[in-house]
Amino acid sequence: MQVTLGPVPYYWPAERLSAFYQSVADWPVDTVYLGETVCSKRRAFSLDDWIGLGRELRQAGKAVVLSSLALVEARSEMGVVRRLCENGEFRVEANDMGAVQLAREAGAAFVAGPTLNVYNPRTLAVLQSAGMRVWVPPVEMPEEMVRDNVDGLGQAAEGLEVEVQVFGPLPLAWSARCFTARAVDRPKDQCGFRCLEHPSGLPMATRDGDEFLRINGIQLQSGRWLHLLDALDSVRDAGATAIRLSPWGEDMAAVVHAYAAVAAGRPAPALIPGLDPAACCDGYWFGEAGMARLARQAQEQEEQV
Amino acid sequence: MELLCPAGSLVGLRKAIDNGADAVYMGLRDDTNARHFPGLNFTDQQMQQGLRYARDKGARVLLAVNTYAQPRGWTRWQRAVDQAADLGADALIAADLGVLDYAARRHPGLALHLSVQGSATSAEALRFYQDYFGIRRAVLPRVLSMAQVQALAESTDVELEVFAFGSLCVMVEGRCLLSSYVTGCSPNRSGACSPASAVRWQETPRGLESRLNGVLIDRFQDDEQAGYPVVCKGRFRVDDRIGHVLEAPTSLNTLGLLPELMAAGISAVKIEGRQRSPAYVAQVARIWRQAIDACQADRNGFRPREDWMSTLAELSEGAQTTLGAYHRSWQ
Repeated sequence: MQVTLGPVPYYWPAERLSAFYQSVADWPVDTVYLGETVCSKRRAFSLDDWIGLGRELRQAGKAVVLSSLALVEARSEMGVVRRLCENGEFRVEANDMGAVQLAREAGAAFVAGPTLNVYNPRTLAVLQSAGMRVWVPPVEMPEEMVRDNVDGLGQAAEGLEVEVQVFGPLPLAWSARCFTARAVDRPKDQCGFRCLEHPSGLPMATRDGDEFLRINGIQLQSGRWLHLLDALDSVRDAGATAIRLSPWGEDMAAVVHAYAAVAAGRPAPALIPGLDPAACCDGYWFGEAGMARLARQAQEQEEQV
Repeated sequence: MELLCPAGSLVGLRKAIDNGADAVYMGLRDDTNARHFPGLNFTDQQMQQGLRYARDKGARVLLAVNTYAQPRGWTRWQRAVDQAADLGADALIAADLGVLDYAARRHPGLALHLSVQGSATSAEALRFYQDYFGIRRAVLPRVLSMAQVQALAESTDVELEVFAFGSLCVMVEGRCLLSSYVTGCSPNRSGACSPASAVRWQETPRGLESRLNGVLIDRFQDDEQAGYPVVCKGRFRVDDRIGHVLEAPTSLNTLGLLPELMAAGISAVKIEGRQRSPAYVAQVARIWRQAIDACQADRNGFRPREDWMSTLAELSEGAQTTLGAYHRSWQ
C-alpha cells in the first residue's frame, strides 16, 4: 500500500507550512495533498505558492495532488476551484461536486475526496465516467462496505485506486458558521484569524470534561484521533491501495514512519511520542460509532486475561 | 412560488393540503429516507391514499428517497425509486448519484429533485446533476447568505427550493457525521440524527442530564426547557466558558425574506418537520399560505404580520427564530 499525506486541515502560518513541507520531502510518503480545504479566508499560501511547493515536492520524488475547498459558497471561491482544476500540471482532489464538474469539463483526472458521499458502486461508476481515478471513502465507512464497493465494481475496479484515511483528526461536519470566531464572540467577517492560535484545533469538551470535539473554523473534528495502525492488514484486505495520514499539530514524522513501516511489513515502534492511545478511536472502521475505541478495548481485555 | 410542506403521516398530509400547501413531501418507512423515525412515514397503501387525496385537491406529492444507498441494501433504494414512479409521484427527491442514475435511466419520465443532502451550493455542482440526470430542481443547503442565493439563482436554470421554516440544521446537510461519530447512525446512512435508542435522560443533583450514547449533551435546571439531544445544539465547554458553542436551540424563519426570495425567482419554499404533529403542520402551512398570497399580491408593500410572527415563534425550538445563514451576521 502507498502512503499518502492528506492536506493540512488547520491554519498554519506560512513559515510553519514551509518548515513542515521541507521535512515532508524526506519522509517515506508517496503522495502529498496540498492546499486549503476548510476556509477560503486562510491565505498563508496562495494557489501559486501551493503549486510552487508542489513542484519542489515533485522534485523530491513525491506525487502531488491539489485539494479543493470542501464548502464553496461564493463565486470568488469557485473561481479558485476553477483555477485549481485547470492547473494542467497536478492532479486535483475534488471535495465538492462543483470541483468534480470543473475537473470533468477540464478533462482532468481527479481524486474523489472523502466529503463527496460515495457509498455504492453505481455512484463510483458515475464518477469514474466523469474522470475519477482515486476514491477516498467517507470517513464513516466501515471495512465491509469498502470491500463491498470494490467488489461491486467488478472489472471496473481495475485501475481504481482506493485510499483509506487511517490516522488523524476525523473531519465530521462543515457549517456556514465559523465556530472559532463564535467562541470569541466575533462575526465570521471579522474573525481576526483566531484559528492561527489553534494549530491542532480548539478543544471542545463536554460539561463533564470529556474532550469531545475540536473546532477548526467552519469545520468540526473528532476530539479523538483516528488511529488504525493495528488494523492495516484489514485495510489492505478491504481493497485499499493507499493509506492516508492526516497531519496533526505534533510529531507527524513519528506517525509517518510508524505507518510506513507497518505498510511495508516491518514492525511498528511501540510508542508514537505525544500520541496517547487512550485519546484515539477506530470505531468507524469496525462498523460502530466513530468515537469507539475497539482495538484498544480488545487489547486491554487480552492484557487482563 | 410553491409552498412545500412536510407529510410525516397521512393525517399530516391532509392537514398540510387543507391549510394551503401546494405540494407535500413524504418518505417510506425505512432507511431510504432521511427522516427514518419510528411511527412516521408511509406504507404503500398510505402513499396511494395520500396521492389520491392530493390529486383531488390539486396538490402535488414529492417522494424523498434521500439517504445514501449502501451496497447491501441497494434493492431497497431501487424499490423506493420504482415505487415513486409506479405511484405517479410528481417528483423524486434524491441525493445519491447511484440512486439518481438509476432513476434517470429506468424512469426517464420521473421528475428529479436534488435533495438538500446533496450539498450543492454552486452553479457548477448543479450543472453536474443536470448534465448527468437532468434534475429539474435542487434544494439548497442552509449555508448560503441571501446575496449568495440571489447570485446562484442568476447563474443556473435549475429550479431552486429553499428552506423557509423549521428546525435549523447548523451544519451543511449531507456533510454532517456528528450523529454517527457518537451513535454509529447518521442521516446519510441510516436516515437518523441522534436516534432515540441512543438517548438517555437522567435526573442528577446537578440537574436533568441528556446523554447521547453516554456523551453528556446538556444539563438543564428546573426553569429551563429541555431540548432534544442533538450534538449541534448542546452546551459544551471551550476554554473556561460553557454555552451553546455551536448553536442555541432555535428555528429558521424566513418569512421576512419572502419578497427577496420571490424576486430572486426561488421556485419553492420548504417547511421542515415531518416529525412534527399534524396540528403544527396545519398552523405553519396556514400562515405561510397567507403570507405567500399577500406577498404575491403586493411584493413591495409586504410586511410579515405580527400575529404570524408570534405564532411561528411559539412553534419554534426554544421559542426563538433566526434567519440563519441567509443573514451574513449569523455566520
